[in-house]
Amino acid sequence: MREPLIFEKSRPERKGCSLPECDVDQESLEKLIPKKYLRQGTLGLPHVSEPDVVRHFTRLSQQNMGVDTNFYPLGSCTMKYNPKVNEDIANLPGFTRVHPYQAEAVVQGTLQIIYEMDKLLCELSGMDRVSLQPAAGAHGELTSLMMIKAYYEDKKEERDTVLIPDSAHGTNPASSHLCGFRTVVVKSNKDGGIDLEDLKGKMSERVAALMLTIPNTLGLFERNILEVSRIIHDRGGFLYLDGANLNALLGIVKPSDLGIDIMHFNLHKTFSTPHGGGGPGSGPLGVKEKLAAYLPVPTVEKDKKGYYFDHDRARSIGKVRSFYGNIEVIIKAYCYLRFLGREGLKKVSQNAVLNANYLMSKLKRYFYLPYDQPCMHEFVLSAEDQKMKDVRTLDIAKRLLDFGFHPPTIYFPLIVKEALMIEPTETESKETLDEFVSSMIQIKKEIEEDPSLLKEAPHNLSIGRLDEVKAAKELKLRWEEKKSGD
Amino acid sequence: MEPKDLKYTETHEWVKVDKDIATVGITDFATKQLTDLVYVELPSVGAKVTKGSSLGVVESVKAVSDLYSPVSGKVVKVNEKLSKEPEIITQDPYGEGWMIKVKMEDQTELDTLMDSEEYEELVKKEKE
Amino acid sequence: MNPYIPNTEEDQEEMLKEIGAKSIEDLFASIPQNLRLKTDLNLPSSLSEMELVNELKGLSRKNAHLDEYVSFLGAGSYDHFVPSLVDHLSSRPEFYTSYTPYQAEASQGMLQATYEYQSLICKLFKMDVCNASLYEGATALAEAAVLAHNVNHGSKVLVAKTVHPEYRQVLTTYIKKTLGLSMIEIDCENGVTDLTKLEEKIDKDTSCVVIQNPNFFGCLEKVSEIEEITHQTDSLYIVSVDPISLGLLVPPGEYNVDIAVAEGQALGCKLNFGGPYLGIFTAKKEFLRKIPGRIVGETSDKKGRRGFALTLQTREQHIRREKATSNICTNHALNALRAAIYLSTLGEEGLAKVAALCLQKSHYAAKRIYQIPGFEPAFKRAFFKEFAVRCPVSPGKINKLLWDNKILGGFDLGRFYPELKNSLLFSVTEKRTREEIDKLTLLLEDIR
Repeated sequence: MREPLIFEKSRPERKGCSLPECDVDQESLEKLIPKKYLRQGTLGLPHVSEPDVVRHFTRLSQQNMGVDTNFYPLGSCTMKYNPKVNEDIANLPGFTRVHPYQAEAVVQGTLQIIYEMDKLLCELSGMDRVSLQPAAGAHGELTSLMMIKAYYEDKKEERDTVLIPDSAHGTNPASSHLCGFRTVVVKSNKDGGIDLEDLKGKMSERVAALMLTIPNTLGLFERNILEVSRIIHDRGGFLYLDGANLNALLGIVKPSDLGIDIMHFNLHKTFSTPHGGGGPGSGPLGVKEKLAAYLPVPTVEKDKKGYYFDHDRARSIGKVRSFYGNIEVIIKAYCYLRFLGREGLKKVSQNAVLNANYLMSKLKRYFYLPYDQPCMHEFVLSAEDQKMKDVRTLDIAKRLLDFGFHPPTIYFPLIVKEALMIEPTETESKETLDEFVSSMIQIKKEIEEDPSLLKEAPHNLSIGRLDEVKAAKELKLRWEEKKSGD
Repeated sequence: MEPKDLKYTETHEWVKVDKDIATVGITDFATKQLTDLVYVELPSVGAKVTKGSSLGVVESVKAVSDLYSPVSGKVVKVNEKLSKEPEIITQDPYGEGWMIKVKMEDQTELDTLMDSEEYEELVKKEKE
Repeated sequence: MNPYIPNTEEDQEEMLKEIGAKSIEDLFASIPQNLRLKTDLNLPSSLSEMELVNELKGLSRKNAHLDEYVSFLGAGSYDHFVPSLVDHLSSRPEFYTSYTPYQAEASQGMLQATYEYQSLICKLFKMDVCNASLYEGATALAEAAVLAHNVNHGSKVLVAKTVHPEYRQVLTTYIKKTLGLSMIEIDCENGVTDLTKLEEKIDKDTSCVVIQNPNFFGCLEKVSEIEEITHQTDSLYIVSVDPISLGLLVPPGEYNVDIAVAEGQALGCKLNFGGPYLGIFTAKKEFLRKIPGRIVGETSDKKGRRGFALTLQTREQHIRREKATSNICTNHALNALRAAIYLSTLGEEGLAKVAALCLQKSHYAAKRIYQIPGFEPAFKRAFFKEFAVRCPVSPGKINKLLWDNKILGGFDLGRFYPELKNSLLFSVTEKRTREEIDKLTLLLEDIR
């Protein structure tokens, strides 16, 4: 049974909420607001009773897969377990019922958390300062590029180009372009790392930065990183790290030791905060001292009297969002880091990498592994071979839904045809991984014996494969009442 | 087999020349790459186009491709049918799927375009 | 091992055997030894759950919060009533532990809820199209200005000085420092945008005119007059609105706004010291293909069953890359869900009533305050739920007295507007009782 839209459950005179009567002397509307500014006609919102609202959204939730219900090996997203105690803590009224313009003296708790997160993230990355302001990874990238741009403007160096590997996440070129840079693509070599010759050829005094993801989107560590760093730094450029794949490196390497000058973190990936069905996340950015002056305002500082906001930073790029950061998300990540502590972080990466290699080792017997070498926390398979049976990665993904798994990331990175990017994370048990392997083996068999099972999947959900062409052509993007006569 | 009377670009557009009017569309290979087309954005009549510059986009569910003009000149006609039925491009890329007609400024620009044999070679290479 | 990692030593041994590695250390062989950390990170020691809770509760107690203090502070973040349903339903783990609905069939819950959010906002704003959310009000405004520039390539952005100061700062960063456009601020007169100054500054190079309504001072702008002036050129008319006010005030779709954005915090988001909030972004349908962020569309499966999917993804970063309409990937989906639940729960009647209560209570408070000698309205302009008061003594002194009496007082306007030194911006929502308002006025009477 499909759940109707909330509008379709509307009946006049139903109400979902009770509000108190007005307890002050009321004035007539027209006296307070000029008639031309008063809304005429209805708001267009539904009339639904409270039990109906509850049943509606509860039923909707039951049509949704989450980490709490399903294995979710989305490569590049790090869908790890979201600790419940962090939800409880972030929900304390002492954190949620705080107005952003309350005096600093009475918000010392949250200011301390922001300050300590800065220090904790610096310790694990080797950066000198971290800003907790950006609302997401892409926002952190954009802010970082703005800072790099401001740095070169101060130095009167004209650098208008950003280098980006062909395996990069789409936010990298999008953020660069939004910041006014032109982007030049750097090729990957046959081992999946940066093609050094290509890099040397493209590096120049016009290049402001090279944006790297380490490990890269193939799940492979950049072996030549020191050489890459030298090529960039010798000609005055910055090395930027997209920290989406940090789950492989905690306690193992420090980005600063790899030559990284500036980077962003994804709290909703590595640091266990929930993905929220698409957000909110948080994308703090870290810098070496060289760039610290350009950080967005305000930063959080500490003196004898306590924690305070510093709004007075002459070379700051300014503000990149209202208020101070996605505080609720920052608090959850802070809880995670405090819970794991120095002993726990390294084990996260060790087990994330172990789980990925285990899956890879089993699956490569059945599916083509274009880069056949030990991986880090994720790996990429290709369903190229299956194209012969007219089965595509998309079909494999849809069939996996029938087995109760959320599919891995598909068609990314772009340099692998029919890509299937798999990141199990460290919070999955061996039994789950084995189940996933069995399902993939079963699917391989189906490809050989009865490909229509895949091409018409999913079969077992409350909905079949959706027509995305129809969605793009008809563009029905909101509910509208049926006109009379329809 | 690509129509022999047409000229082709590296970016998979075709051109049919009739005196000083160039009709432009995209090739069969291009439509196969894009799969289901949902939208086409073309310039208006009267707009100026430049050889090598983007004149619009063609959109499928999973990709957007820029259309590059093979010639410079002024757009004199646009295939209005395509806005409602972009799938015509896939069905008949060299006929009903024509996109724009351009009054050419400089016919020598045609010399750098490929003929059908050269274009078939290019397609063969890309398929590898 | 920690409780979040299921692997036992036995599991690890079996897995290493399958891989053909001797130890976990071997798996990191691709990292050159000289790059490896030789010592443990210098982080605090791990904590048990109990210790973590104690430590964090201690930190939370260092914050004063609005369950202990009565708030008359607004200025972009408001203490509105949030029905209990919102927390309950949005904290269902199937919602909050899921990710972006790229696999539509596995995410019909989130997709339909987002489609409902888009629909509810379009109705409330009377705009053609609404996206699946941006981060918050300031970046939503910045994205609107970016869109305007993409449409008309204008080189100037005209912004009213009555737009929230932090929003103007964010606009400056995005527009001036990144795109290299110029930003011109339009002065205000009697609390609203000065139309004469606007007419002086607007020209054929103007990309957009940006106002906020109600504005930062709580006043209602002359929205129709500004629209006329704006559309005499090719500029886009961009307005940042208060969604609660739309329960009572004319919606942006009715005064020919091209892009209407909003801070959606008031629609069910917790105050959370400033974030995460909700960036609402709506536009006329002619701008559809240039809109940033995700959009959900209706479709069906082979059996004709209605379903929902992300659509127009080709505009987005993961496909269009450097030519994307924006760089946004992760958005604020869960807060959009909260807004959908809030609007569904309050419904037609409820939202209109909330707006009416805000209006009546704020005007009652203003009337009482202005009866006190020395306290005068800063502006003589119609307002919705916030109003600026010229005070006889410093805002600092007033707010200290109020704080000592468990009241969080208004915003010190002198912080952003030197000409409004000694003025406070008070906000009164539906939550404020007559008692609380009377207590406020009583204390203000004593201040002299």
